[in-house]
Amino acid sequence: MVTKVYTLNDAKAAAGNNFELYWWVFMRVSGLLLVFLVLGHIYMQNIAINSAEINYDYVVSRFSSPTWKIYDIFLLGLTILHGANGLRYVIDDYVKNLSTRFWVKTIVFTVIASIFVLGSITLWTFNFQEIGDVMRSVPSH
Amino acid sequence: MQVNVKIKRFNPEQDNRPYWSEHNVEVSETDRILDVMNQIKWEEDGSFTYRRSCGHAICGSDAILLNGVNRLACRVLVKDIGSNINIEPIRGLPVIKDLIVDMEPFFDSYKAILPFFMNDDPEPTTERYQSVEDRAIFDDTTKCILCACCTTSCPIFWTNGQYLGPAAIVNAHRFIFDSRDQGTSERLGVLNQVNGLWRCRTAYNCTEACPRDIPITKAIEEVKRELLWRKA
Repeated sequence: MVTKVYTLNDAKAAAGNNFELYWWVFMRVSGLLLVFLVLGHIYMQNIAINSAEINYDYVVSRFSSPTWKIYDIFLLGLTILHGANGLRYVIDDYVKNLSTRFWVKTIVFTVIASIFVLGSITLWTFNFQEIGDVMRSVPSH
Repeated sequence: MQVNVKIKRFNPEQDNRPYWSEHNVEVSETDRILDVMNQIKWEEDGSFTYRRSCGHAICGSDAILLNGVNRLACRVLVKDIGSNINIEPIRGLPVIKDLIVDMEPFFDSYKAILPFFMNDDPEPTTERYQSVEDRAIFDDTTKCILCACCTTSCPIFWTNGQYLGPAAIVNAHRFIFDSRDQGTSERLGVLNQVNGLWRCRTAYNCTEACPRDIPITKAIEEVKRELLWRKA
């Protein structure tokens, strides 16, 4: 057999679970959804309105509606997962040394997870009204 | 016509690293690249080494990297290439000498997908019937001659020699979609692993390289879908 077992993950995969199959399906489904989500986002923020006019109040009004929160959490989550899995493919293909691969993956996935957590916190728990009041109370230059 | 041929040479008994040898030869424009190689070997440098057998694109021995693309030397004419001809061994497999590469890893992958007919039913007294429509489903993938043009043009095979490669998947396709064969679940089990089917990133290099015009990437995608429907 040409396929040698190298790591626990390789061994698990070789034992016949459907991990790679599910990721493959996810990449197709999320890719299709992202086409519409991203094009919709570009249209709404850059074409329907002048992107130079986007200010704090605009963002606050937008995020006060659950629809756009849900839209944006989908955009964020699918982009992050789709991109992270693409990076995993690239790392698996090009980083051959197994301990290097482990550390590259650890760092990349940690950074990606942090971005996702930060984005979700901003989207769902950020108190726009409060922060906006604080910002407005600061004298402008 | 006069052609300039550059060949990537390597003799493990003499050379530390591969080098390019240059040959200016007078050939006919209807000569095959294989004829040009023969002319160089027979008239200029007898140490030039390569595999060739039938010379009619059936045996699959003389796959080479010709001006950057994988081709059979016996299937390309000089007039299709022009006067500058660059010849290298196919990539991703260890070079033994000049254009001869070690094909064992390639054939190991081929063996891994169980490339033989499996059917445990009692043999019928007549032939096992297959309709014309059922035969047509896997017609393309019966044409593989195991020349390794596809597998050694695959960027994933270059970076990671563990990938089974397109040729193995094409031959798995040939049996998976054969209505008379019963070994599908065993073959899909081999393909459904991290170094099997799922390393294919649909780069399409294999499809462009195939001298038998097999739509290889399409065949690989069909196997992926078959796996999906069976596991889902």
